[in-house]
Amino acid sequence: MKLSNDSVKEKLIKKFGEQVSCFQEPYGMLTFETPKEINLKVLSFLFDDETLKFTFLTAICAVHYPDKKDKELAVVYHLHSLTANLRIRFKVFTAIEKPDVFTATGIFSSANWMERETFDFYGVNFIGHPNLKRILNVDEMDYFPMRKEFPLEDQTRIDKDDEMFGRG
Amino acid sequence: MDVKSSIEQSMSFPGEVHQSPTGGILLSRIDDVINWARSNSLWPLVFGTSCCAIEMMSTASAKYDWSRFGFEVARATPRQADVIIIAGTIVNKIAPVLKRLYDQMADPKYVIAMGACATSGGPFFYNTYSVVKGADHIIPVDVYIAGCPPRPEALIHAMITLQEKIKSGLTREQIRMPKPELISL
Repeated sequence: MKLSNDSVKEKLIKKFGEQVSCFQEPYGMLTFETPKEINLKVLSFLFDDETLKFTFLTAICAVHYPDKKDKELAVVYHLHSLTANLRIRFKVFTAIEKPDVFTATGIFSSANWMERETFDFYGVNFIGHPNLKRILNVDEMDYFPMRKEFPLEDQTRIDKDDEMFGRG
Repeated sequence: MDVKSSIEQSMSFPGEVHQSPTGGILLSRIDDVINWARSNSLWPLVFGTSCCAIEMMSTASAKYDWSRFGFEVARATPRQADVIIIAGTIVNKIAPVLKRLYDQMADPKYVIAMGACATSGGPFFYNTYSVVKGADHIIPVDVYIAGCPPRPEALIHAMITLQEKIKSGLTREQIRMPKPELISL
């Protein structure tokens, strides 16, 4: 049986029921959300299942939503099933006051650096990570630069007007 | 003065030859001879932090071929290099490494800041959390090149400018050194 978004979704609902939610398919890529407590269960289910075999962790990143109360930080996992050539993505949300998420390094060794980068830029505290320290920025840095309280760029600049770049 | 004649002039040996029956006598200042020798054999350090390094590699390779001017001996160790070309963005994390590389280079040493990032932080000047706004915050720079990235011709022009600076005794270290008296034979 060829693996499709629908069959993956079916398997996930059969296994986790109500706990997987918000299924979407932006640009054809299956996307869903889970509570942060079961992120490792979902990852290992997707990894171990005989037909799914999502054995390649393509990326971990985070998103900062300052307006979502108690769900300010999202950690996004991108997975690739090499046998089925299918990619999926799922998010877990955490409060910014206590940004604790379980580490995926036990399942994917590649999560080591990706989680360090996510910690470096967003301050997500990966519980159980073997070496959770800054990877790209200087060690002395005392803030997390990709959070939204730091402006992306000076809003008063006029020299980067869209019209000058053919986007107006 | 156009570029060609300025190169021809700076290529010529400093001093004058007095013909004599047995050959000739060369009169010159040892300072000028040393500067001439140094400027025509500048060994650059293999150092590049971003896209300017690609242009620098292009300048070194066959099409632009900077060995025509005496820069071909690129060294992978700072202890054998004369000039460091800062080819790319300098971020806070690489800043101590750059300082250390510069400190490890033997005197006399020269610095070229290649491109907008090394000159001023360039496109990363505003609201940056990691970029050093000009490599001259860390080490003294002899020649700056504009561009993002500069074309190979611009880099070669900067190297020739550095050569002329050395020959005229105007680099930072040469100015700081006390001028020795003219050596009379």
